[in-house]
Amino acid sequence: MSTTESPANAPGFEVDRDAIRHLADAQINVELDTGDMIINLGPQHPATHGTLRLVVRLDGERVLAADPVIGYMHRGYEKLTEFRTYPQITTLINRIDWLSSFANEVPFVDAAERLMGVEAPPRAAYIRTILTELSRIATFVLFLGEMGLQLGALTPAFYGFRDREHVLNLIEGATGGRFHPNFNRIGGLKDDLPWGWIAETRSVMSKILTACDTFEDLVAGNEIFLSRTRGIGVIPGEIGAAYGVSGSNLRASGVDWDLRRDGRPYLAYPEIDFQVWTHPDGDSFSRYWVRLQETRESVRMVLQLLDGLPAGPVMAKVPRIIKVPEGEVWAETENPLGQMGYYVVSKGATGPFRVKIRSASFSNVSILPWLLKGVYVPDVVTILASLYFILGDIDR
Amino acid sequence: MTTTLALQIGWGTTLALKTVIVLAIIPLGALVLGYVFLLKMMSHMQSRLGPMDPGGFHGWFQLVGDGMKFLQKEDIMPEQADKRVFATAPAVVVISTFLVFLVIPMGPDLVVKDLDVGVFYALAVSSLSVIGVLMAGWASANKYALLGALRAAGQLIAYELPLLLAVTGVVVQANTMSLQGIVYAQQDGSIFGWSGVGNPFILTQFVGFLLFVVAAQAELTQTPFDMPVAESELVAGYMVEYTGFRFLFFFIGEFGTATAFAALAATLFLGGWSLPWVHGDAANWLGPIVLFVKLMFVAFLMFWARFTYPRLREDQLQALAWKVLIPIGLVNLLVTGVFKVAF
Amino acid sequence: MPDDATPDAAPEETPEVAEVAEVAEVATPDPVHEELLARLGAALGEAVVESADACGGLVVRVAPDAWLRVAEVAKGPLECDYLSFVAGIDWMPAPAEGDGDSADTSSPVQPTTTTYGAAGSAGRFQVFAHVQSTDRHWGITFKTDVDESAPAVASWVPVYPGADWHERECWEMYGIRFEGHPALRHLYLPLDFEGHPLRKDFPLLARVVKPWPGLVDVEGMPGEEPAAVGAGTDGGGEE
Repeated sequence: MSTTESPANAPGFEVDRDAIRHLADAQINVELDTGDMIINLGPQHPATHGTLRLVVRLDGERVLAADPVIGYMHRGYEKLTEFRTYPQITTLINRIDWLSSFANEVPFVDAAERLMGVEAPPRAAYIRTILTELSRIATFVLFLGEMGLQLGALTPAFYGFRDREHVLNLIEGATGGRFHPNFNRIGGLKDDLPWGWIAETRSVMSKILTACDTFEDLVAGNEIFLSRTRGIGVIPGEIGAAYGVSGSNLRASGVDWDLRRDGRPYLAYPEIDFQVWTHPDGDSFSRYWVRLQETRESVRMVLQLLDGLPAGPVMAKVPRIIKVPEGEVWAETENPLGQMGYYVVSKGATGPFRVKIRSASFSNVSILPWLLKGVYVPDVVTILASLYFILGDIDR
Repeated sequence: MTTTLALQIGWGTTLALKTVIVLAIIPLGALVLGYVFLLKMMSHMQSRLGPMDPGGFHGWFQLVGDGMKFLQKEDIMPEQADKRVFATAPAVVVISTFLVFLVIPMGPDLVVKDLDVGVFYALAVSSLSVIGVLMAGWASANKYALLGALRAAGQLIAYELPLLLAVTGVVVQANTMSLQGIVYAQQDGSIFGWSGVGNPFILTQFVGFLLFVVAAQAELTQTPFDMPVAESELVAGYMVEYTGFRFLFFFIGEFGTATAFAALAATLFLGGWSLPWVHGDAANWLGPIVLFVKLMFVAFLMFWARFTYPRLREDQLQALAWKVLIPIGLVNLLVTGVFKVAF
Repeated sequence: MPDDATPDAAPEETPEVAEVAEVAEVATPDPVHEELLARLGAALGEAVVESADACGGLVVRVAPDAWLRVAEVAKGPLECDYLSFVAGIDWMPAPAEGDGDSADTSSPVQPTTTTYGAAGSAGRFQVFAHVQSTDRHWGITFKTDVDESAPAVASWVPVYPGADWHERECWEMYGIRFEGHPALRHLYLPLDFEGHPLRKDFPLLARVVKPWPGLVDVEGMPGEEPAAVGAGTDGGGEE
C-alpha cells in the first residue's frame, strides 16, 4: 500500500498520528454530544439517475436540510442556440429531456411556426400528436417500473424497460431514431408514417394497457409500496404552483391544469376527447397513480388519433432557407415531465436572438429543499423517484 | 452405528474431513443458490435470460468466473480505514456462517457435532455476523457504510427475537434442542395416530415456519428487509468500500448464510434429511440430497419474496418486528405450550 | 380543487377563439388581454410602462422599482399562482464571430443594429418572467429594464419561492443581481467561474478556440502528407 503521493507522507511534512489519536480520544471523553452528519448523495448515486448532487444534513436518519447542487451536466443550450440556425436547434433540444425527445421539439417548432405564420398540415399535426403521446407513454412506462426499483423492488424496472422498448421501436420505425428523432421540421415533418406502422401501433397499445395492469398489481397494489409512498413528500397544490412544479406532479396535488386541454390550442389535442387525471393527496403515491392513469389515457388518445388520422401532405410550403421574422413568442406544451416552453426572440435572422428554455424538471426539482426537510433518508429516494426528473432537463 | 464408513479412521482425520466438507459447503451453497436463484430464477422472472454463455449450459460457469475475477482484483483499502478491522470483518461474517453448518445434520451420521443445544447454538453463532457487519461499517470510514452498519445492527438484533420465538415452538413440540433430535421427532411422529409421513412440523408449526422465514429474510438482509445494503439509497451499505476478494467473502457469506438458514428451516420444519420409510444406511446416502431439495424449496420462497417486494423503511421494519412478529411468536409459543400440556 | 376547476373549463373557450383571430388580424383586441391589463392598471397604475401582444401572448413592461410589487399583483389580483420562469436578456447586438476574413460563417448573421423586442426596453439588459394561472388558464409575461452599469432588480423569491433557482441562473448568466434573494450562489457554473456567459459580448468559447467547423473529420490515406488534407479546410491548419 503505497501512499507516497499523499502530502502527509511527503518528507518534511510529518504528522504525529499518535498525537492526533490521543487528541481525538480526549475530545470524545470531554464531550459526548452528537453532531449532524453531512452526506453527499451524488453526483454519482443510483437514486439521482444522472449527476444530481444532494448535500444532505442528517440527524441520525432524519434530513435536517437538503441542498441540491446541479450543473454537472450543463451544456449551455441557451448560449448554443444563439449560434445555430432554427433547423439545427431541433437537433440540440432533442437532448434536453432525452426520454421524450420528440416532445421537446414540438414547442420549439411551434414557436418558430407561429413567428413565421406557417401552420403544419393537419396530418402532420396528428402525427406529431401521436408521437408526442408515444414519447409520454415511453417515459411513463419506464417511470412506473423504475419507481419500484428505487424502492428496492428489482423486477418492475425490467418490465418497464421491456415495455418501453415496444414504444421506442415504434418511434424508431416512424422517425429513424430511437431516442433522438429530430423528426420535426418547421412547417411539418420530415416524412410520412411508414407502411404497416398504424397496425403495429395498435397492437403495441394493447401491450401497454396490459403493462399498466401489471404495474397496478405489482407495484401500486403492493402493501410495502403503499406504506413507503403514502403521505411521503406531500406537495400542497398552491406551494407546488408557486415553485413552478408542473405536469403530473402538480396534478397529483389536485391542481386540475393540463396544457393539452387548458393552454393555447396546439397540435391535434382540441380534436380529441381525453380526461385530465388529478389526485387530491399530493404525496408520492398520488404522483405514481396519476402517471399510471395518464399512461392509460395516452393510449386511448393514440388510438383516437389513429382513427381520425387525416390524409394529406405532412409538410407545409416553407422557404428553403428559413428566416424567422422579427418578433417574440412564448410557446409551451405539456410534456411528459411537465410544462416545457421556449421563449424565442427573433431578429429576422436564420437563427434566434435569444431562446429561454423553460424545462420542467428544473422547476420540479427546485422544490426539493422545501420538500425534503424532516423526512428520512429512504424517503429522500422515494421523493426523488416520484418527482421523476431527467438530468438533461434540469441542467439543459 | 452403521457401516457406511467402514474404514478405520482416527478422530483427527475425521475432524479434518468434516472441516473440509463444511468449508466446501459454504462456497458451494453460495454458488448454487447464487446461480439458481440470483442469476437464473430472477432473470426468468424478469423476462430475460440471464447469463447463457459461460460454461456452455445456461451460463452455469458465470458465478465461478465472477469469483475468479474477484480474486484477481486489486485489494483497495480506504486510506482512512481502520485497516485491521476492515480486513477482519468479512472473515467474521463467513466464520459465523461456517459455525452454523457444524450442527446441521445431513443424515443419521452426517453431522459434524450433534450438540444437545444445537438450535440454541445455531442461532447464537448466526447472529455473530452482525459483529462483522458493524466492524465493516465502522472501519470503512464511510458515511454510507456507517449508516448501513447501524441499520444492520438494529435490524439483526430486532429480528433475533421472532427467529428465536419461531424456533421455540418447535423445540417445545420436539422436546429437544438437538437438531438431530428434532429431525427424529419429525420422522417418528404421527399425525393423529397416522405415521405415514411422520410429522413435519410445518403442519403443526405453520405460523412458526412463516415467522422463521420472515425473520430469516431480515437476518439475511434480503428485500424487503435490505435496508442495510439498500442499493438505491446507501449504494451498498456496509459493503460499499469492499472490493475484490473481500467483497467475495461478503458475497459468499450472504449466500452461504442463506443456505444455512434455508437448511435450518428445512431441518426444523420440513423434516431435514429424513424421508418417510427411509432409515439406516439409505438415509445416510439419501439424506444430503433430501435436505438439499428441501433447502432449495425454502430458499425459493425467500428469493421469490426478495425479487418481488420493495423494501421497508427502517422504522416500519422495526415496527413489524416488535409490533407484529414478536406478539405472534409469543402467542404461537403459548398455544404450542397449551397443546403440549393438553395432549 | 379539481371539483371547482371543472366548471371553469367552459368560459375558457373564449380566449382560444380570440387567439385564433389574433393570428389572422392583429387589430382585434384579445378580451383576456383586456381583462389582465385592466386588473394590472388598477393595481399598479403608473408602473405599467408598455404592453404588447407577442404572437398571442401578453407582454407587459413595468417600471424596475415596481418589480416586486408586480409579483405580488400577479399572484393576487391577476390570480397567476404558477411561476413559469424568470430569465434575463441582453439586447446588445452580437459581435461578429472572429475578425475580418476568418469570420465564422457557420453562425446565423444577426443584425448589427440594436432593436428591442415586444414592449420595448430602456437599455441593454432586461429581466423577464412568465407567470400563469392554473385556475383561469391565462398567462402573462412581465419585463423590466435593468440598469447596465449596476444591474440589479428586486427578487421574486418572497412571492414565488420557485424564483430562487431561476434568479440564481440569471445572476450567473447575465450578472444581474436580485436584491433580497436569500443566497445568490452559482447554480450551473463552477464556483470560481468568471464572466457572465449569456451576455452577448461573452464569446462562445468553442468557436474562439477553433473556428467552425474545425479540423474536418476526414483522415488522409496512410503515408499521405497531412497538409494535403488540411489545406482545403478553413482553420484546420492549426494542428
